Amino acid sequence: MATQHSRSAARLMMAPAVILLLGWMLVPLVMTLWFSFREYLPLRGGDMGFVGLENYIRFVTSSAFWPSVQTTLVLVGGVLLITTIFGILLALLLDQPMWGQGIVRILVIAPFFVMPTVTALVWKNMFMDPVNGLFAHIWKFFGAQPVEWLSQWSLFSIIIIVAWQWLPFATLILLTAIQSLDSEQLEAAEMDGAPPLKRFAYIILPHLSRALTVVVLIQTIFLLSIFAEIFVTTQGSFGTRTLTYLIYQRVLESQNVGLGSAGGIYAVILANIVAIFLMRIVGKNLDA
Amino acid sequence: MARNVTPQRKAINTVIAWAAGLLIFFPILWTILTSFKTEAQAISSPPVFLFFDWTLENYAVVQERSNYMRFLWNSVIIAGGSTVLGVLIAIPAAWSMAFVPSRRTKDILMWMLSTKMLPAVGVLYPIYLICIELGILDSRAALVVVLMLINLPIIVWMLYTYFKEIPGEILEAARMDGASLKAEILYVLTPMAVPGIASTMLLNFILAWNEAFWTLNLTAAKAAPLTAFIASYSSPEGLFYAKLSAASTMAIAPILILGWFSQKQLVRGLTFGAVK
Repeated sequence: MATQHSRSAARLMMAPAVILLLGWMLVPLVMTLWFSFREYLPLRGGDMGFVGLENYIRFVTSSAFWPSVQTTLVLVGGVLLITTIFGILLALLLDQPMWGQGIVRILVIAPFFVMPTVTALVWKNMFMDPVNGLFAHIWKFFGAQPVEWLSQWSLFSIIIIVAWQWLPFATLILLTAIQSLDSEQLEAAEMDGAPPLKRFAYIILPHLSRALTVVVLIQTIFLLSIFAEIFVTTQGSFGTRTLTYLIYQRVLESQNVGLGSAGGIYAVILANIVAIFLMRIVGKNLDA
Repeated sequence: MARNVTPQRKAINTVIAWAAGLLIFFPILWTILTSFKTEAQAISSPPVFLFFDWTLENYAVVQERSNYMRFLWNSVIIAGGSTVLGVLIAIPAAWSMAFVPSRRTKDILMWMLSTKMLPAVGVLYPIYLICIELGILDSRAALVVVLMLINLPIIVWMLYTYFKEIPGEILEAARMDGASLKAEILYVLTPMAVPGIASTMLLNFILAWNEAFWTLNLTAAKAAPLTAFIASYSSPEGLFYAKLSAASTMAIAPILILGWFSQKQLVRGLTFGAVK
């Protein structure tokens, strides 16, 4: 039971968080929107006035745009595919009775706590380096020609690196979901003679569907803005320039703020489309 | 409920699971091992796994050449500062949403979450410009504020879910006994919520420590935390694997330990309560 007094107090106490987040969202967004309609080159003439939709048109018609969209889709799709498939397998495995379960769990989760720049540099140098990397040693051991991972198979390499980082997240959430499954249901199915694959397809997988959706949506939002992993490995070369990285290059490297801001608005719209789906699921759960 | 399985089955599970776990953990293990090698051993062919001359030299060299402690200190200040500031702002907000809910509470919570989904690159230049105008580019203060704002939705959300678990009757009883609002929050709610607040702070410290978009783009030499320091190894000079490994090991060790404590909160904090 809330009194009038506590209601106004509540509003007052919510105010700092709400005002700060409102400012954090609106001020930069309005600025980006403003810049996106202007020819703005800080190092070459500054703000040269209103140009209408020209930046928006130039951004999507530049030769770098569609390849970057494709790269983004392949990167996000590839990482999602690897993390969900292996995440389900690992979650099923970790749910089994075994010795040292707690330790295995920690080993599996650990990559999530490694900072992105460390992850990227360790993989780039100590595993994927064509001369001294561990993979090169393994390739040579089998008499094969070592692969120049980050230039020959660049996007694939980055997918591996990012998937390694996000696999623990998928595994942990799917494991949490599997553990909430009523084991009697599974036992009943087992007694009725349902083989393991059928039990998986008809009982476990449907039970996991919501957790899987959450994993896919949350990862998509984070993966769309992958930055550090590309920044310290390929710097966007060899076909690894994602939409995020392209915008970053337009804004900070070539200092074409107008063009980059138009790209930024596209990125905001894209992220919002994904976010709407995620928010629906979160909202439903809030009611429950 | 524990399922009954044969010892053979359990042994097979154990072997497969340990193999998978060690495979996933291997890059971290390899980094830690390499940090104790000499630079020559770090690139020796074939690679040496355990039987090398263990040395602490790399750790000393990293500190000496680049003043590692300064970057570590920046990381501590930025991650710690943004977490503490965020929690201070979030506690009252989460309190009012959990205990004095209104029709709009859910919308506000959802809206807060949606700010978290704004792609950083879309607002990079405005933030960059504001920092220049205010003269706080490459300062720890700027990063404390920016990372606080980035993580504020998660902090509010997590605290809200923890506060929801505290029965409102206890707070009402305190109110009946004449406790002021301040006393209610400070002496009744906070002690009960300490475990939840601690978990929230832990997870957010980890997230802020590892944040690598703003820390790379808003710092240069002065305020650079460990994320940016490690990134400076991307343009190497000469032999550097062992030194890179030592620097990396020092940067991730504290978080691996903290992360071990925060496994459970991870699910709650990162799925916004959508998976329990």
